[in-house]
Amino acid sequence: MAMNDAAQANVIDFAPEKIRKDLLLPVFHTSRRYYALVIALVALGLPGMAVYLYQITEGMGVAGITRPVFWGFYITNFVFWIGISHAGTLISAILRLVNATWRRPVTRCAEAITVFALAIGAQYPIIHLGRAWLFFWLIPYPSERGIWPNFRSPLVWDFFAISTYLTGSLTFLLLPIIPDWAMVRDRATGLRQRIYTVLALGWRGTPREWHRLEVAMRIMAVIILPVAVSVHTIVSWDFAMAPVPMWHSTVFGPYFVAGAIFSGIAALIIVMALVRKALHLEEYLKPVHFDNLGKLLLVMSLLWIYFIFAERLTVWYGNQPAEMAAFWSIQRGRFAVLFWTMISCNFLIPFPILAIKKLRTIAGTVIASSTIVVGMWLERFLIVVPPLEHKYLPYDWGSYSPTWVEITITFGTFMGMILLYVLFAKFVPIISIWELKGPQHSQPIAEAAANATVNPAIRLDNTLPSTNG
Amino acid sequence: MAHRWGMAIDLDRCTGCEACVAACHAENNIATVNADQAAKGRTMHWIHVERYWEGEFPNIRARFQPVLCQQCDAAPCEPVCPTYASYHNPEGLNAQVYNRCIGTRYCANACPYSVRYFNWFNPAWDKPLQLQLNPDVSVREVGVMEKCTFCNQRILAAEIKAKAENRELQDGEVKPACVQSCPPTAMVFGDLNDANSQVSRMAGSVRATILLEEVGTLPKVIYLERESSHGNE
Repeated sequence: MAMNDAAQANVIDFAPEKIRKDLLLPVFHTSRRYYALVIALVALGLPGMAVYLYQITEGMGVAGITRPVFWGFYITNFVFWIGISHAGTLISAILRLVNATWRRPVTRCAEAITVFALAIGAQYPIIHLGRAWLFFWLIPYPSERGIWPNFRSPLVWDFFAISTYLTGSLTFLLLPIIPDWAMVRDRATGLRQRIYTVLALGWRGTPREWHRLEVAMRIMAVIILPVAVSVHTIVSWDFAMAPVPMWHSTVFGPYFVAGAIFSGIAALIIVMALVRKALHLEEYLKPVHFDNLGKLLLVMSLLWIYFIFAERLTVWYGNQPAEMAAFWSIQRGRFAVLFWTMISCNFLIPFPILAIKKLRTIAGTVIASSTIVVGMWLERFLIVVPPLEHKYLPYDWGSYSPTWVEITITFGTFMGMILLYVLFAKFVPIISIWELKGPQHSQPIAEAAANATVNPAIRLDNTLPSTNG
Repeated sequence: MAHRWGMAIDLDRCTGCEACVAACHAENNIATVNADQAAKGRTMHWIHVERYWEGEFPNIRARFQPVLCQQCDAAPCEPVCPTYASYHNPEGLNAQVYNRCIGTRYCANACPYSVRYFNWFNPAWDKPLQLQLNPDVSVREVGVMEKCTFCNQRILAAEIKAKAENRELQDGEVKPACVQSCPPTAMVFGDLNDANSQVSRMAGSVRATILLEEVGTLPKVIYLERESSHGNE
């Protein structure tokens, strides 16, 4: 294939007019199939909401959790989604900081995953609450109750970590959308123009605005990195801080962060492949992007297998009775099937696919990513449930299996995630148009800005004038 | 000096009759759970009696151990609660403030003894038990964690009575429902800060042990191991 020509592969050198036409198409054109997809997703997701209302009215008892397994599917999903959210912002920020030019068509795709995965993931601690209607008691505000939240609780750290990360990623996602929204505004008419006028926040494309945007993005990229790392570390501490056998482990922080990035990249590859097909972006999301991300995924897969080996070996060698009960239940007991499925999904299957250059194609990386997403969900489940089934004392063992309530809600939120992404891809150009055109904007924008200062009230079609026009 | 409430349980005396379990249910308005829920592990007995078999057949002996909240001094359930529902009260008890609980169930995971009980549904009682609710104890709603309080309502009542009569509390004056109802008087409740109290003397016995000492929770429930279990049967 001509596209495999590595030297040219990551250069996207189309006329700006073509880029605009290709990438703005979904914003201006809505197909019947799109409506059908949205309706289908809403229809599939609604039962989850209905079942959640049922759970609130009946009580947590309709779910499968019990004593001593007080956490089950909901917390698994929570950790899973927060993990998925590490795709975007983290990768995008790293690639921005090292100035990797091939990142340009990928970043927005990735950042959007972060925001939506966080929005879905953050639902789960609330879905899981016994009295969900009082979730706001985690927020420190002066209230008639006269007490603060307990700042020693990892759940309160969670609240702060996730809300910080969500705010940061949302800013990180929205800032570079502004010029693209301005571009839509300048081309739209009627209601669409009015909506995008508000969204574009009065962007005119002056050099000053471009400069500020770039500075802001650089600052955000630096700030968001430690936030992203801290978020999944704190999620891991929900477990590591409790004296539960197999949870109380120092390796959990880095182990969770590595797993999060791992599952995040996998999710990104799947989403990119779907977007590429659905929006016909074959010329923008090229094999080289999948190849590069595939290499990154390979590294994370090795890192993951290293972490799980380190964690399991130390537990096994330490041979403490309480931990060994949980250990063996995973290794060769009730959870052995899930464990070995996880190892296959996260390492045995994806490793050869990603390691062999010939197999590291778009189809190959998507297959590897799909198994990894499944494997990482299982990993979260195996962290949450088996240790709780095997606490210290023999009277205190139990077993957990989910009910239809947990399964329906889980399915519903997966549909919700897809729906959010599908809507996003409609209202926002999924590939950052101005970034794709890279340094081309500076010169003509300066000219345009000169026009703008003459009469700023006139909204010019100058956001990104064509250089060859 | 402030009280430091503790309990000693002599396993040589415990017959496993479970009178303590029944008394606790009656005193503390603990909901009853139907058979299906019980099979799922959702029974709510703030105190329950564990039975172990010691020795090899035919030289075999039952050992009964009532397990209730161990009222740890370093309680893992307390720091993890995001809303201070689970907190250390001035007399060293692990109090559970039901109205603050939002049901994260983190405390119950952190508890090494799993002696915290969650209200999976709104409470219900097998008829006619709903007619004998104790007016001194609040009824917990759905979504809230609950646990043994060492019958805090009795402690408070006794303290108020002593104060009104302008005197010190006597050892043995406060009796939680389980202690009061124990036919072989295996359970003793009292002030561990009072060196002469019966519970303090029992805590100093060579037979005194605590449950899961290695976890470092510093419980205030002391078990007196069975005498002959030290030697060969």
